[in-house]
Amino acid sequence: MTYLAKPKLHHPSLTKNRVGYTRRDYEGAVSTLCAGCGHDSISAAIIQACWELDIEPHRVAKLSGIGCSSKTPTYFLSASHGFNTVHGRMPSVLTGANLANRDLLYLGVSGDGDSASIGIGQFVHAIRRGVDMVYIVENNGVYGLTKGQFSATADQGSKSKKGAVNTDAPVDMVGLALQLGASFVARGFSGDKAQLVPLLKAAMTHKGAAFVDVISPCVAFNNHPGSTKSYDYVRQHNHALNRLDFVPACAEITVDYAPGEVTEVHQHDGSVLRLRKLPSSYEAGDRVAAMNYLHRCEARGEVVTGLLYVDPDASDLHAHLDTAAVPLNTLRERELCPGSAALEKINARLR
Amino acid sequence: MQPTDIRNPAYFHKVVDCQWACPAHTPVPEYIRLIAAGRYDDAYQVNWDSNVFPGILGRTCDRPCEPACRRGRVEESNGEKPEPVAICRLKRVCADNKRADIGARLLARLPERTAGAERFRIACVGAGPASLTVARDLAPLGYQITIFEADAKGGGFMRTQVPRFRLPEAVIDEEVGYVLDLGVRFVGNRRIESLRPLLDDYDAVFVGCGAPRGRDLKIPGRDEVAAKAHLGIDWLASVYFGHVTRIGKRVIVLGGGNTAMDCCRSSRRLGGDDVKVIVRSGYEEMKASPWEKEDAEHEGVQILNWLNPKAFLHDHGKLTGVVFEKTRSETDARGKRKLVPTGEPDITFECDEVLIAVGQENAFPWIERDLGIEFDEWGMPKLDKITMQSTLPKVFFGGDAAFGPKNIIWAVEHGHQAAISIHRMLQGEDVHDRPPPMANLVSQKMGIHEWSYDNAISPDERYVVPWAPKEQTLTNIRQEVELGFDAETAWKETQRCLNCDVQTVFTENVCIECDACVDICPMDCISFTVNGDEADLRTRLTAPALNTQQDLYVSGTLKTGRVMVKDEDVCLHCGLCAERCPTGAWDMRKFLLLETHAGVGECEAEKVAA
Repeated sequence: MTYLAKPKLHHPSLTKNRVGYTRRDYEGAVSTLCAGCGHDSISAAIIQACWELDIEPHRVAKLSGIGCSSKTPTYFLSASHGFNTVHGRMPSVLTGANLANRDLLYLGVSGDGDSASIGIGQFVHAIRRGVDMVYIVENNGVYGLTKGQFSATADQGSKSKKGAVNTDAPVDMVGLALQLGASFVARGFSGDKAQLVPLLKAAMTHKGAAFVDVISPCVAFNNHPGSTKSYDYVRQHNHALNRLDFVPACAEITVDYAPGEVTEVHQHDGSVLRLRKLPSSYEAGDRVAAMNYLHRCEARGEVVTGLLYVDPDASDLHAHLDTAAVPLNTLRERELCPGSAALEKINARLR
Repeated sequence: MQPTDIRNPAYFHKVVDCQWACPAHTPVPEYIRLIAAGRYDDAYQVNWDSNVFPGILGRTCDRPCEPACRRGRVEESNGEKPEPVAICRLKRVCADNKRADIGARLLARLPERTAGAERFRIACVGAGPASLTVARDLAPLGYQITIFEADAKGGGFMRTQVPRFRLPEAVIDEEVGYVLDLGVRFVGNRRIESLRPLLDDYDAVFVGCGAPRGRDLKIPGRDEVAAKAHLGIDWLASVYFGHVTRIGKRVIVLGGGNTAMDCCRSSRRLGGDDVKVIVRSGYEEMKASPWEKEDAEHEGVQILNWLNPKAFLHDHGKLTGVVFEKTRSETDARGKRKLVPTGEPDITFECDEVLIAVGQENAFPWIERDLGIEFDEWGMPKLDKITMQSTLPKVFFGGDAAFGPKNIIWAVEHGHQAAISIHRMLQGEDVHDRPPPMANLVSQKMGIHEWSYDNAISPDERYVVPWAPKEQTLTNIRQEVELGFDAETAWKETQRCLNCDVQTVFTENVCIECDACVDICPMDCISFTVNGDEADLRTRLTAPALNTQQDLYVSGTLKTGRVMVKDEDVCLHCGLCAERCPTGAWDMRKFLLLETHAGVGECEAEKVAA
């Protein structure tokens, strides 16, 4: 952290996006997290992704629970809507907000404690229901705010800063999300923005429940030898599946890869995810294969990153429930009170 | 790119743009911080050591530091008008606010005497800034210095040509006095007519006689209108001595340099109602400093460009006007710009008096040509550009006498260099062996988020120096126009300084590549990327590094195989990278570089070199 606010001065070449904002306009208050926290890099990646996607900040709602990760929405998108909920209860508040106003982009920002321990029930159901959101878990495998106990995502056999060995099996958030039917599942690493920013952009344009697990080293309590969530460990064991290029709907698609190297995934809004495969012949459209692949890699001690699974034709909770096509606050009295004739019709149907 | 060698003092010196641009390498951020702390005496001392005339330069310096100032680049596309820190006017603040006993304080901090120096006699010809600097540097070492001056008092051009509304005489008396008080023998009212006897009587001679001759304009009618067409620098001297107290109502000043600006502004004060500066070239190409042009225009002077004087018009010897030919600039095949007539009809401006300020020339009629001092085809002495030594080893040149008209701060620097040469020569050492500068790099870390410099960045725009009301300044030629910053405004202006001497120093072997510095940097200066050649690297940084005048700071290869690249161009030196760094890979360290002057710190410097 620092005591100073970031100066307003910016690089002379800083440009505006199509909605008239510079990248700096997507920033928030200066972070009070520990110096070097991976979470700050994730905030920077979110800022970059929103700027590149020409998202209007006031069309975004950022929701979080409790924890270091859940503090971060203060540090980005200061012009967006925000809700800092009770510990582990972000998914239900997000679900409610989404049902009330389906037009906003929902960013659920949580951590491994907030989502894999106290809030795991909420997490499971928000994913299962297919709420249209980007659910980001800033995953450091440790309880930072309470001084470094293992969290539920800490790997079995990994060591704490003091040397204690974790004997419990970890909750695998990515595996869980795949199993629960998330229609977009990815894992990133806070130390690799070149990979993370396109993943976030793809997730933000995905219609349906998009889950992004981001390994985010805790420099204060979990960045030592023996940790499996340290900068060094993740860099050494990173098994990147693919490199993603996000091509927005309006951009002309030019191919600069040799055929066979690249798979294109066309999304509902016309944008294209262009996947440049790394060593494997990994197919991101096969949920079962993704689960198998993930577990095989984990058994080998590899940290799989990249886009694991995407269903470009996914639907969301609104489609399942056949809700109104517009935000509830735009419904006028005529729609809300259609009159006794309409009521009669409904009653007749139930008789 | 190869990793940057930060052990070479030139690297960080260059980052301190103001100091690098200053001919005398004054440590600008250092004295600005002292002013901010209210330590005016210390700020004055820093300046005095380095540029000898803080009060004079704080009013009249050509300020090469200001166009170089990083603040100007940083404010680009960040506000209405990007402006550098008012460095020159802050310098004046320390001169205005120092304590009355500063003279004694300066004396108390002089370098140690050099044993045996009193055996040597050194003559300085002319008492301008170059000679005075030689005297200031050498007198404390014990040398016997004699300054010969044609006028009654010392100061040279600063006293006789720079008008009093820009530089009060008391300031000159004071600062010339500090030098003469060092035990220098001053011989006024003595024009040196021959160099030969000086060579016999003195062990070394320094020629600092300036460029005393105004260039004339030999165009038709010149001789006929001699009574009403004056050479600018001579006329300014006449104004200083009180020989001239009036000028005609309609005045034309020919020329576009700072002397032309002094002429036109003086004219406005001596009865000139309609004063025009008429220049051959365009407005931007004029040699006058932008602020001098602004000041002149503010006082109602009209500046007309692209007009080449062709003839003086007169009615039986009485000046009536000047005829001009319209010009434009053309670039020839060799890429050289020259002025050519446009072919449009000539234009005539009526006037009562003309001041010719089209340049100055050097003249050395008093130097015999058989002494062994060689001159080039333009009549300028052949000099070693570093040692200032002529082809006669005991004769040195400096100031405008060396390479033609420059400015006060260059004269000071020539004086410093000549003093080093004279000292080394008299001590029997090689004059080409120059003492290295004193350089120091010290961490400013005081606590976890505390630095011993003020790292908050002021968003303020440049403060304007208050002026005396025009009714006063235009009616009294001795009324100083600029009143100087008051202490409160000066403090605010000091806060605009970015402390560029507090360097961002990177230690690669502790970096964990967490990106925290990249994320926090407000100016997008820092990148972690794969190495490449410079041209390639410059294009693929967090923000493109298009200012090739500014260096890239490149680390060795990091764990991931990448390198850290920092573009120095628009760094705010705010230290946020260091505050956000979890491992201390970034540190803020103050780089202090002091030029070594004659006899000062030479031993220490040599020890370091050895």
